[in-house]
Amino acid sequence: MRVKITATVAVVIKEEGISMKICITSEDKTLDSKVDPRFGRCQNFIFFDTDTGKFEAQENTNAQFQGGAGIQSGQLVVSKGVKAVLTGNVGPNAHQVLSAAGVSVFTGVSGTVKEAIDGYKKGQYKAADTPTVGSKFGMPGK
Amino acid sequence: MIISIVSGKGGTGKTTVAVNLALSLKNIQILDCDVEEPNAHLFLKPRIKEEVKASIPVPEVDEAKCNYCGKCREVCAYHAIAVLSGNNGKKGSVLIFPHLCHGCGACSLLCHEGAIKEVNKEIGVVEIGEKDHLQFVDGRLNVGEAMSPPLIRQVKRYINPTRTVIIDAPPGTSCPVITAVKGSDFCVLVTEPTPFGLNDLILAVEVLRKLKIPFGVIINRCDIGDGKVESYCKQEDIPILMKIPFSREIAVSYSEGVPIVKKDGSYQDKFINLYLNICGIKNEADSSY
Ligand code: SF4
Ligand code: SF4
Repeated sequence: MRVKITATVAVVIKEEGISMKICITSEDKTLDSKVDPRFGRCQNFIFFDTDTGKFEAQENTNAQFQGGAGIQSGQLVVSKGVKAVLTGNVGPNAHQVLSAAGVSVFTGVSGTVKEAIDGYKKGQYKAADTPTVGSKFGMPGK
Repeated sequence: MIISIVSGKGGTGKTTVAVNLALSLKNIQILDCDVEEPNAHLFLKPRIKEEVKASIPVPEVDEAKCNYCGKCREVCAYHAIAVLSGNNGKKGSVLIFPHLCHGCGACSLLCHEGAIKEVNKEIGVVEIGEKDHLQFVDGRLNVGEAMSPPLIRQVKRYINPTRTVIIDAPPGTSCPVITAVKGSDFCVLVTEPTPFGLNDLILAVEVLRKLKIPFGVIINRCDIGDGKVESYCKQEDIPILMKIPFSREIAVSYSEGVPIVKKDGSYQDKFINLYLNICGIKNEADSSY
């Protein structure tokens, strides 16, 4: 399915200064949890501040949506002011929201959340310029 | 009377029943609401007299008026909008995903800034035609389009209340099916006597009970599977309207695109019986309310 946007304005989030928050999709709410391979329908988001080492976990209520889970998960992550997302895969709608907001998306991430953060700091991951899976990838039974 | 032909999954013989029933009776209008894969026309070969483009209103945002308040995103029940507020003086942005939009109009209604206007997006076409005495309407969803309920509603606008209406519903038990069968006086559930058939039948029964539409079951290829569908119907007090044994004749005529009643007149009596059966159950259901 082709995704069409009726209104697009490139948004650049200010990069210098305070915000060094990243988001990791996670199966549970601790840094020892496993990375959830789905973005839009992941179970939890972990927001990690790379400067202070503090983190905050939030359940992803968008995961239950019939449609639009990726869009609303993207919205949530953007509203937290993160700079980068670490996850397994990202679908086309979520990718569109994240990239419009200037959030870098790193895919193919696995292992624990802690390992993902370490890998990110070492620059192990490559940013995904395009979605890595089709629409509805994270739906149960698909 | 409006009779919908439903099945929990595709390929059970739903269209075969709809088409043959339509051809066996008089004063009929048939509506093919299986808009993702309309195929009743393959068997009926109607002459299409009119094609009406179907569209839904999707929102378009005038960013000059928008203040990125996010209201439109909050009200959209289909999660089709993202609003990026922007920061530090940078411009925000509203992203609308038209393929998720149901055209409900809520976002434009609730935008205080008047920043949303609706533009029509074509989703498919409604075809109106006839074959001899039979009136025919179907909907054809554009390729890649996911929003079938609005098109189904547009097909149903052509319902002719002076006729017996037969609706060929889409397969499954989700939103499009409910849109198609809503307002029907009776539903015919076509199933197969297999474990999968039974599983889908149970789901479909739940939906029809919620919608409070009287229904009965047709067991197609009744001699290929097991007796579980039948015992389920007995246990749940669901009338079995008809049993169609597997036959080479039906399979061949199906593959040739010829309705079986056109090949073998004896089938016509069976479908007339089916109709009488439906009327009987419907009357009983009416009098019990
Ligand atoms: S409700 Fe109107 S003003 Fe608010 S974000 Fe949506 S389009 Fe913009
Ligand atoms: S018209 Fe309805 S479904 Fe479409 S974007 Fe607006 S609120 Fe959502």
